[in-house]
Amino acid sequence: MEMTYRDALRQALADAMRDDPDVVIMGEEVGRYGGAYGVTKDLIRDFGPDRVIDTPISEPAIVGAAVGAAMTGLRPVAELMYVDFIGMTMDQLANQAAKIRYMFGGQIGVPMVLRTQGGTGRSAGAQHSQSLEAYVMHTPGLRLAMPATVADAYHLLRQALTKPDPVVFIEHKALYTMKEDVDLSAPAPEWGKAAVRRMGDDLVIVTYSRQLHYALDAAKTLSAQGIEATVIDLRTLNPLDFDTIRPHVERVGRVMVVSEGAMTCGVAAELAARITEECFDFLHDPVLRVAGEDIPISVSTQLESGSVPGPKLIAETAGRLFA
Amino acid sequence: MTLQHPIPGSNTDLHRLYQEMRRVRSFEERVGELFVRGQTAGSMLHLSIGEESAAVGVCAAMQPQDTFTTHHRGHGIFLARGADPARMMAEIGGKEAGYCHGKGGSMHIADMGLGHLGANAIVGGGIPTVVGAGLAAKHKKTGAVSVAFFGDGATGQGILYESMNMAALWGLPVVFCCINNQYGMGTRIDQATANTRLHERALAFGLNGETVDGLDVESVAAAARRIVDAARAGKPGFLAVDCYRFYGHARKDKSPYRDAAEEEAGRQKDPVAHARARLIAAGLVTAADLDRLDAAIDAEMDATIDFTIAQAEPPLSSMFRDVYDPSEPEPEPVRTRLDRVLARE
Repeated sequence: MEMTYRDALRQALADAMRDDPDVVIMGEEVGRYGGAYGVTKDLIRDFGPDRVIDTPISEPAIVGAAVGAAMTGLRPVAELMYVDFIGMTMDQLANQAAKIRYMFGGQIGVPMVLRTQGGTGRSAGAQHSQSLEAYVMHTPGLRLAMPATVADAYHLLRQALTKPDPVVFIEHKALYTMKEDVDLSAPAPEWGKAAVRRMGDDLVIVTYSRQLHYALDAAKTLSAQGIEATVIDLRTLNPLDFDTIRPHVERVGRVMVVSEGAMTCGVAAELAARITEECFDFLHDPVLRVAGEDIPISVSTQLESGSVPGPKLIAETAGRLFA
Repeated sequence: MTLQHPIPGSNTDLHRLYQEMRRVRSFEERVGELFVRGQTAGSMLHLSIGEESAAVGVCAAMQPQDTFTTHHRGHGIFLARGADPARMMAEIGGKEAGYCHGKGGSMHIADMGLGHLGANAIVGGGIPTVVGAGLAAKHKKTGAVSVAFFGDGATGQGILYESMNMAALWGLPVVFCCINNQYGMGTRIDQATANTRLHERALAFGLNGETVDGLDVESVAAAARRIVDAARAGKPGFLAVDCYRFYGHARKDKSPYRDAAEEEAGRQKDPVAHARARLIAAGLVTAADLDRLDAAIDAEMDATIDFTIAQAEPPLSSMFRDVYDPSEPEPEPVRTRLDRVLARE
């Protein structure tokens, strides 16, 4: 069945709400408006305003209330309209949700999902276009899922809504209209396992979210030049599936990590360090980070697209390894 | 080591309220001792001496199914709710026998069994938790009220106003209890806000709101009952309890920002002494009766020190436990990873 990334997310929410009466959605414009990007459209009609809760514009309290609800028997899905607003919520997310199980000696967890979206692609400017997953990945206690495909949009969200710990779920705003033919009744891939989306013997590209598609585009270009890339989609950044990455790195010996987030101290930096440490003897070249520039994102589409990796940059950079 | 209450009485009976306040006072007088004697961990100690009526009066209005969060100065509230002082002391000292196995300490103590959703070291950090707990209680029709305890310092945090707004908007069974001890660390309330009638803020959001003098625990209990009962019926509320923080912000704070005359006057507002005087004046008990009670309480609290000293620290192996659910793998220790990397041939 053909469906969009957005429809898959909505389907996951609806199915989870039907299966589990404790699932409630709360956030700005999630109900009557249907979500700023339409993900929760019509859910208020199907599940009512007690389970699809429109909130005031109060991001810290939205996340904080989700924490309290999760501790007392609900399974809330808090929606943060843009990941750029995560700074507003960071106390509730990083000091409360992430640490409650540990601080309280394992008495209780915080089974909530924080759904949000990030990334460039809509000329939305510096405060609505960021890729801030490193903030989350740097905080022990938070799980982090970033689906790149329509099937993963569905399955990872369904799985997130069964997890005992808080999950930050970051969608990519440029993927909402992406369509794929999916069979949602097929067995779901295992949570926490990376997916090898393409096999090749010359180069390993490790990536996630929208950059997966750019990496696959680049891999096609490279293939025409006789360079075959393995492309790994991480799917979840916490848990991080290094066991899937390692054998491909050891087999191939050349690695590029591709991320839309700013390069310095970003996800690509962590992966490059880890690969270098653990696979040092197998590497023919330095692990390359192809990541967002260390600058704010502009409204200008030229500056916006120029500030993050794209298929051309990925392919050209890979090509230079073999020049 | 449960204390047999020598003076029977109902939950709001002044005898009982006195006894509970006296237990808090006694616990707090001893809580710094372990650390000072260098016998345990736990350097962050914030005493609630002078504020006992807020903890005891409000907890007296709560029911067993109710939940609550506290600020960093929350020992008294947890005790008033029925905590075991020995396990509290052990937690504050970072011992395995503590409520959180030594990982939380004074500012992150919690107990789901007593509905304690956690103390908090972030000013205002536990306030929205009760909005969520109220939402869950309403959704699941548990009849529970959730109470956020915080200090006057938290009235400077935006999260309080976001939370009050949501509670009022959704008619949640939630109470915001502001223990106004006049100081946010070293800043007096009138140096932090122009309108010190704090409950008026709640009225603006459509909540019930009252300020009560913390000198008299029976007044606090009565006001708390009005506010808590209304919240249970769907009208959330705000209760400010006026009191005075007898000692500094934390252990080493000698309060250079306030003068001795002010402190002396503030310490005259002593809810424990006030209740004691009223009990005796009413002819309900003699001073000798209360002396016996006080001695029994002090003995109970002394025992918590001995208990804590005798307890073990949590094992090092527990360090990686409870970051995530026990069904999930524990995080890989840095040392393990380094060993692997350095073992390469």
